[in-house]
Amino acid sequence: MIANTALSFDEDQAMIMDVAREFCREKSPMSAVRALLDSPSGYDRAIWGEMVDLGWLGIALPEDIGGSGLGISHTVAIVEAMGRFMLAGPFISTTLAAQLVARATPATRVDAFLADVVAGVPATVALQESPDWGSDDCACLFDDEGVMSGTKRFVPDAEVAGWIVVVTRHRGAPALALVKAEQLPAGAIKPHTLVDETRRAASIDFTGVQLAPEAIIAGEQVVVALCDFYLLGALLVAAEATGSAGACLDTTVEYLKTRKQFGKLIGSYQALKHPCVEILTAVDSARSFIYHAASLVTEGSLTRDAEIACRMAKAQASDTLLHAGDRAVQFHGGMGFTYECDAQLYIRRAQWSQQQFGDAAHHRKRLACLLLDE
Amino acid sequence: MSASEQELQDFRLQVSACLEANKPADPGFLLPQSFMEVGNEQQLDFLRNWQYKVWSAGYLGMAWPEEYGGGGVPPEYQGIVDQEMRRQAVPICFNVIGLGWAGPLINDIGTEEEKARYLKGILTAEDIWCQGFSEPDYGSDLGNAQTRAVRDGDEYVINGTKIWTTMGNYARYMILLARTDPNTERKYDGLSFFLAPMDGPGIETRPIRKITGEYGFTETFFTDARIPAHCLMGEEGQGWKIAMQTLQYERGAEAGAAGGLAFERIVIDDMIEQLRDMQRDGEPLLSDPVTRDQLVRLIMEEKAVALGDKRAAIAPLTTDYPFSLQLSNKLRFTEYARRMRQFAIAQQGATGSLYVGDDQARQGGFWQRAYFNSFSATIGGGTSQVQANIIAEHILGLPK
Repeated sequence: MIANTALSFDEDQAMIMDVAREFCREKSPMSAVRALLDSPSGYDRAIWGEMVDLGWLGIALPEDIGGSGLGISHTVAIVEAMGRFMLAGPFISTTLAAQLVARATPATRVDAFLADVVAGVPATVALQESPDWGSDDCACLFDDEGVMSGTKRFVPDAEVAGWIVVVTRHRGAPALALVKAEQLPAGAIKPHTLVDETRRAASIDFTGVQLAPEAIIAGEQVVVALCDFYLLGALLVAAEATGSAGACLDTTVEYLKTRKQFGKLIGSYQALKHPCVEILTAVDSARSFIYHAASLVTEGSLTRDAEIACRMAKAQASDTLLHAGDRAVQFHGGMGFTYECDAQLYIRRAQWSQQQFGDAAHHRKRLACLLLDE
Repeated sequence: MSASEQELQDFRLQVSACLEANKPADPGFLLPQSFMEVGNEQQLDFLRNWQYKVWSAGYLGMAWPEEYGGGGVPPEYQGIVDQEMRRQAVPICFNVIGLGWAGPLINDIGTEEEKARYLKGILTAEDIWCQGFSEPDYGSDLGNAQTRAVRDGDEYVINGTKIWTTMGNYARYMILLARTDPNTERKYDGLSFFLAPMDGPGIETRPIRKITGEYGFTETFFTDARIPAHCLMGEEGQGWKIAMQTLQYERGAEAGAAGGLAFERIVIDDMIEQLRDMQRDGEPLLSDPVTRDQLVRLIMEEKAVALGDKRAAIAPLTTDYPFSLQLSNKLRFTEYARRMRQFAIAQQGATGSLYVGDDQARQGGFWQRAYFNSFSATIGGGTSQVQANIIAEHILGLPK
């Protein structure tokens, strides 16, 4: 059952992890995170520019279009660091949009798009139409003249994306359409109010957008690319949630070491201590799963073992952050109930994070088929 | 001396073939699931013969010195034997307190005389060893042990009671933690460590019947029992330090243990296989959504433990909470094992209520017995609750 326990981490990954942690620590103190909460874009363009200069957008993209060809496995440590310091921005959206397109079609066909990504133009994928991650209903279509109709919901970073990769259908089969932000009619983007105020998402009405033939990516490879995109999405969100869960635990533990009641530091009470240990072991499990999955994902289509690993990573990380956020609020007592307490950032992140790329039950249901059915 | 990959691979094939050819047939009576469950002479004889056979084949104590009955080869070889034994689910090597605690300790810090006297008998299973650490009033609070050892000429006089003595009624020797000085400032500093014979007057054992209905432990009473002064290991007052040192050998042959299986290995695959023919509401149990969800959770737990062991060895991936994985391993694994076994019983429908002895019990009541026995690991060696305190204080830095 537990057959594949591959876990490797090379020097490149260790170096990237070091740099990413230092960068996020320096650029994203809590004061900066909070300052961005009610800004329209939700992120700091200067910091984004530095991330682009560090080459992070191209880590998983081929060298001939300006990437470094290291593979998506090397992105995991960056995303974990961003989660740990709650550094906001369209990094996950852009990385995943590039992965989807690069996996769906030869890079030469979409070199303009990929070069833009490496140069730091944010991109996103417009996928969902219903809240159900298990549904593949698709009513966002284009007609014989290439004119689109229909609306996508929950599109992450929609307002700042220069490119939007729309999941649509062509001759009855899944297809992708590359849309530039300037092609959207005025008022097409309607921002959502999100539970996690560090994030941004919107619904987009594509009705009336004219697609050029070269903007449409179809063929069997799209189906495989969509499966991989969805699993990689689960993995990156899991990595980010794992980082956030670790930070959340640290915040709680710090409070338990300083707050006194009944003449004692409250961290000495086992009723608070033991759940913290439970959270620690859950964070440890999540970290093991995300780097196990990172050891199995490659440029090529993902294997069954990689699928199992990505799903386990997401199931574990979602539940871990939910539990860590929930207990963080509770263990801060009255302070925990306030907006001022950082526990709110984590409990909100947890609600957002669990609903990206399927919640824990969604993944366990699919894992059951993979693991239990002969 | 280190072995080449090729040599190790050849050796693995050789071990595998040898075990397959010599794996004992089902003896027709219940075998212990761990070394803590040897409850009757029949089991004792069987396991003694098996361990002797393993040693005779050269597959036990392989890394121990040749002059004391060992094989004198690098520990990788023993590691391979242990893996193959686990894979083929052969019986345990039951003299665990000797093989995994006393033996490696004597190898590390014992005198030549002690090595010559004790080591070979541990390997051949001629001398069974037991452990006298816990006391009725001092279990988790082991550092407070009160059994007294008073020097009298060439002897120590022992008074007190030990509990959870594994195979106390069969053992020839005990590793004994006793207080030589009741007046030290730190409770730990008054403890001393003895390699004590169990056959003298004044030592009585009373078998303890466990929740499984079986035996395996004793309570051990010392009433003016006299043991030779040379039984003291190290010096007086070093008992706590030496007792703690014995714990490190749990990490296997690489750490100095003689090898062999201490526990029957039970993995989630075993449980899932036994559920395949079960029904719930007239449908296959394994198609029930709730059962499936719970099974996946358990599979993930088992996998997380295995992955954690690997991650613990990758330095850049352990910077957040150094030693967290090592320190929490026991807690995570034993708690998981207990819940997994309990779950197995819950899935058995009405047969879940049957126990060892009923001919309709599934697998002879294996899971019921395994569940009850699993508490030996969530309680023994520091209860899960004490483990959680240790992790909270040492890893998270929470106050005592």
